[in-house]
Amino acid sequence: MKPAAFTYHRAHDVADAVGLLTDLAAAGEDPKIIAGGQSLMPMMTFRLARPSALVDLGPLRRVPAMTAIREEAGALTLGALVTHHAVETATLPAGFAVLARAMRWVGHLPIRSRGTVAGSLVHGDATAEWCLLALLLDAVVVAEGPGGRREIPADELFHGFYATAVEPDEVVVEVRFTRPAPHAALTEFARRHGDFAIVDAAVALDLDGDRVTGGRVVLGGVAPAPVRVPEAEAVLAAGGDAGDDALVAAVADAAATAIDPPDDPQTTATYRRRLTRTLVADACRQAAREPQR
Amino acid sequence: MSHPVNDPHLLTLSVNDAEHEVVVEPRRTLADVLRHDLRLTGTHVGCEHGVCGACTVLIDGAPARACLVFAVQAEGADVRTVESLARDGELSDLQQAFGDHHALQCGFCTPGFLMLAEGVLAEQPDASREDIREALSANLCRCTGYQTIVDAVHATACSRRGTNA
Repeated sequence: MKPAAFTYHRAHDVADAVGLLTDLAAAGEDPKIIAGGQSLMPMMTFRLARPSALVDLGPLRRVPAMTAIREEAGALTLGALVTHHAVETATLPAGFAVLARAMRWVGHLPIRSRGTVAGSLVHGDATAEWCLLALLLDAVVVAEGPGGRREIPADELFHGFYATAVEPDEVVVEVRFTRPAPHAALTEFARRHGDFAIVDAAVALDLDGDRVTGGRVVLGGVAPAPVRVPEAEAVLAAGGDAGDDALVAAVADAAATAIDPPDDPQTTATYRRRLTRTLVADACRQAAREPQR
Repeated sequence: MSHPVNDPHLLTLSVNDAEHEVVVEPRRTLADVLRHDLRLTGTHVGCEHGVCGACTVLIDGAPARACLVFAVQAEGADVRTVESLARDGELSDLQQAFGDHHALQCGFCTPGFLMLAEGVLAEQPDASREDIREALSANLCRCTGYQTIVDAVHATACSRRGTNA
């Protein structure tokens, strides 16, 4: 279908974008930001989204900080308009290389060439790879609104079912990943490669030599928002040998048991649970093999 | 015009090295402006929500779904469509390879596959057959079963870098 009518406004810098959002809302409009548009446009063509005004961040690609990828003080900062494909092709420090490896799961090349990191996070799809990676690597979303800038940690970002803590009058400026994870992996299952995942799993292992001393387990597609699974992380924290199949099975079992996944006729809760067990185990094994030398 | 235009914008679009001035409403996708306003009907529209890839064009050299870009967003960018491939009535090497390898039957998806492949081969001239398969998974074809499309693109990649397929 064709999207419903809207008015179009170009933002020339971040302050301009915030001003446009504020002014349009004050005038009774229902403005929304468009950046890459790769999630928003399908929602508009299905008329699941009908914003009365769009504020285009496209011209902000000329602002270097908005498309920069930089490492400082052990954290990796991505400008809000960095695309998935830019991350896919970037040479990242070992602690953040999982971001580049995970990009092959994000849609297809034409989607990755336009879609943005911040756009995916703000869209808040429960299976979106960036949402899992944000929880895996303790992302901090920096948003600018009428009252200035504020920082939103990933564990406060997702409110469930396409809802995030970013307010309608705020513009995400950058996303900072603060927890390096050299031994990490993301994997997923979809019926067709590049489709939305039914379930996806990300694992980061804390290793001391070959010994697991802790880690993170993050799942998408099992709840209205991406979730960490403390029960599975507790198994990792209890320790063990990274190559031990029994440890991997225990982590996967803990994750599959802890969740209460949605149940629908196409994809039953039982199926999602089995996928979870398989994917968490795969992610554990892949994470233990990283970084590949 | 038979229907009222909501918030009309005067745009200058750069398409296939030519500048075009159009007046469009913001809801108009790049795919629709190419076809209806510029009469460049080589770009096909299949699903209109970014799944099939029939409308793939190059925007600043990168393959993009023209149904997932509003025309107003494309101002200032370099847009290339399938009409840019043939020169003086001669098919490009990639187009010729599609014919030689039977990479099309009904042809509806072909413009999208051609532009996707153009973008991929420009960025990754050393693309392996597996790289090509991965990249081409972005688009749908209901006739060929894909093998012949992979063959055509791989053959083009090999001939452009002077190696045998």
